[in-house]
Amino acid sequence: MHTAVISDTTATSSTASQNVLKMAGLLLISIGLLGILVAAVGADYLSPVMTGLGGTAVFTVGALLYVWQSRRHRSSAEQNHGLWQQEATSRGASAWVIGFVLTGFYVLLYWFPETLQGLIQAMEPLSQWLRNRPSDQWFLYGTFYTLAVLIMGVYALLKYRNSRYHIIRTISVMFFQLGFAFLLPGLLLMLNQPEYYFSYFWPLKYDYLFPGTVDYLIRDGAALGVFMVFWGAVFSFLATPVLTYFYGKRWYCSWVCGCGGLAETAGDPYRHLSDKSRKAWRWEVAIIYPILGFVILTTLFLWVNSWSEGRLLGDLSGGFAQTYGFFIGAMFSGVIGVGFYPLMGNRVWCRFGCPMAAYLGLLQKYFSRFRISTNGGQCISCGNCSTYCEMGIDVRWYAQQGEPIIRASCVGCGICAHVCPRGVLKLENGPREDRYAGSPLIKRDELRILS
Amino acid sequence: MEKIKAQEHLVIIGNGIAGVTLAQRIRQRSDCRITMVSAESKLHFSRTALMYVYMGHMRFQDIVPYADWYWEEQKIELLHDYVERVEISEKKLVLREGAPLHYDKLVLATGSSAAFYNWPGQTLKGVQGLVSLQDLELMEANTAGIQKAVIIGGGLIGVEMAEMLRSRGIAVTMLIRDKLYWHNVLPAEEAQLVTDHIQHHGIELLLQEELQEILADASGRVRAILTRSGKELACQFVGVTTGVQPNVAFLKGAGIDMDRGILVNEFFETSQSDVYALSDCAQFRSPAPGQPMMEQLWYTARLHAEALASTLLGDRQPYQRGPWFNSAKFFDIEYQTYGTVPPLFTEQHESLYWQNEEATKAIRFLYEKETAKLLGINLLGVRYRHDLCHHWLQQGYTLHEVMQELPAVNFDPEFFQRYEEELLRQYYIRFPSQQPPVKHNTWWELRKRFGLFSDSTSC
Repeated sequence: MHTAVISDTTATSSTASQNVLKMAGLLLISIGLLGILVAAVGADYLSPVMTGLGGTAVFTVGALLYVWQSRRHRSSAEQNHGLWQQEATSRGASAWVIGFVLTGFYVLLYWFPETLQGLIQAMEPLSQWLRNRPSDQWFLYGTFYTLAVLIMGVYALLKYRNSRYHIIRTISVMFFQLGFAFLLPGLLLMLNQPEYYFSYFWPLKYDYLFPGTVDYLIRDGAALGVFMVFWGAVFSFLATPVLTYFYGKRWYCSWVCGCGGLAETAGDPYRHLSDKSRKAWRWEVAIIYPILGFVILTTLFLWVNSWSEGRLLGDLSGGFAQTYGFFIGAMFSGVIGVGFYPLMGNRVWCRFGCPMAAYLGLLQKYFSRFRISTNGGQCISCGNCSTYCEMGIDVRWYAQQGEPIIRASCVGCGICAHVCPRGVLKLENGPREDRYAGSPLIKRDELRILS
Repeated sequence: MEKIKAQEHLVIIGNGIAGVTLAQRIRQRSDCRITMVSAESKLHFSRTALMYVYMGHMRFQDIVPYADWYWEEQKIELLHDYVERVEISEKKLVLREGAPLHYDKLVLATGSSAAFYNWPGQTLKGVQGLVSLQDLELMEANTAGIQKAVIIGGGLIGVEMAEMLRSRGIAVTMLIRDKLYWHNVLPAEEAQLVTDHIQHHGIELLLQEELQEILADASGRVRAILTRSGKELACQFVGVTTGVQPNVAFLKGAGIDMDRGILVNEFFETSQSDVYALSDCAQFRSPAPGQPMMEQLWYTARLHAEALASTLLGDRQPYQRGPWFNSAKFFDIEYQTYGTVPPLFTEQHESLYWQNEEATKAIRFLYEKETAKLLGINLLGVRYRHDLCHHWLQQGYTLHEVMQELPAVNFDPEFFQRYEEELLRQYYIRFPSQQPPVKHNTWWELRKRFGLFSDSTSC
């Protein structure tokens, strides 16, 4: 008789060494956090560079070690084990603490940056080296943000290592965050050029097409500034529709964008927290399209104001821009967008607030070859796709009826197709003809969730 | 048969995928009153997803495909109650809690539960199957804090249970009657691949071994099992996954013809007029040659319901399943099958078979030796398009015709490696006279050419 027995001893010894390395990782994370804390409050006693920058480095090493150890022994089917059972990922006490701390950090960053002086000083050598100018709160923020994307990018790479789509996509968001949203803007400053993010466009970076910014770029950046204005305009009005036509909004939202980059990496453990109800979808459309309208109006007002040299609208357009900047730029995208990750999921901003997502979404829905195909009658209605949709789309609704999923909000991250235990979903670009046609192998309802 | 009238009352017992699909399809084209009665749960949930709740991938509310508003807007009444008995002569159901329920047409979609085969000790605490929501709740209680579990039976529910238990760090031993896991369904190569993969995930497999007896401790809880070959395995939990049996006990004495299940014809009509039965609880009186008496899958439940709905709506159509298909997942490896691939081949059978070096992916095309007609496809770790495979089988494609369209069939995500080249290489070695296609077909062309889609939202 053939009997297979897996040796228990090898299993235990490998778990033991795993645990030692995990512990070492946690220890380094703690030392790093203490260092950062000392830099924040004790800058008068100890050099914040040593404690803050050093602490950040130690934290990074520890976090990478911990992530590596806790992920590499897990097979692909085990990657979501316990997500709804652990506190941190199911709105338990620790999730609330993380949520409050993140939210508080954004409040300090936006409105009380002087409280972060120690940390800002800690980044001084890095800022001087990269940008040849003193550190400020935005440099501190950029450094932390980029580190979060890189460290948790490694986590995402390990978690989704059996899928080439996710490996390439994760490397892409890490590359664009590090290169286009951190190093390049710093380098531009070092070369005394305007700080410019080539991976952000109007209407997300709403002021890039405001007359003030355009004037400044052309005046200050000379030929390069003209190129920047040209680049921004081309991407907003030409490249975006063309790329979205061929690939859907994913070319930006889950491959390039920094907000998407953070959501797909640091936010990945929270993706199942998005609300899938019909009510949430109603809120979504009621908020995101007015915001897009608001940005368009503000931009138009500013240009009218600029052309008429303030005679036509007076202070109105400036008020519009300030209001937008406060409520949407700071409150929504930062404080709520990231601060609420552990409570409302990782795409709150992208789903309810981002005007670029609204714009891309309209293009995706009406002028794109992209769709998520359903494989015949294979769906078993299990709900993994809907649960792990960070945008709160009820993917199962369509899949169980054999229909393709064509939704304005879909960022094309591809996790629904990844978590499906029956391989029912596939992101693909195909002819627009018969784009909504479903499989003939299943009969379906005529009912729509939102009419 | 006449269409169900608007003033008539359709009562469906059971809210699994069969009952729900039936209610939806009827509601689409009739204003009759529809009531679904279930003792298991008020809302329909996905039975196949119970394992993900245990493993913490989802909560129970996440495996509920339709929220409350759906049933209200569809005017489908839900009754959370147990049917004690059916009184055919008075067309009424006697319920445990509520008042008796009158029906004009009754559909029995009561499903099945784990089959036990009179093993000594099978009623001990810690011994159970896994089919219903109550089974899941019981399993939560039964497996709290335990170290060792034994699973009896090497089928799909068995491997699901093994995966669930492993997610809690519980050591699992599976007793499997065959030489390899699921070898009563899978050919040797596929069965070997899956068997190795399950073992690789730390499951101990006792092959060609069966259960003799379950042994109790002083408190009446399982402490060990005894195998046929006399081995005693200590364990605190026994999962029984040796198949399912129809839930028909409550129909005893109702006057409906029964064997193992409720006997039905190809219209799902029982021996009593206005009473129908389908899916797991039904048994075909005279199945077509080569077809099973009972079909107890998620997919067939849905197909049964679609066929019966058409009959109840006045378009009396016998049930014709069409080419077989099924899918499953064994830990990391997805499985799809289209058509018929038996576990043992005869001399009429020949196949193209490929598997990768790591033995995590495999593709098999089974065809008739003489005519080269395609019989079935087995896939492990590779996804194919259901619509196209169905088309090939339905239209009676030969292997040669299939190979011409092979490049269009893959459904794996973008950037994934494609293995169709490997198959084609084998194919051209075996059939040197066959010419490679002049032009590669794409899915989108074939889809259009063959009309492999339905235009209307309600085809």
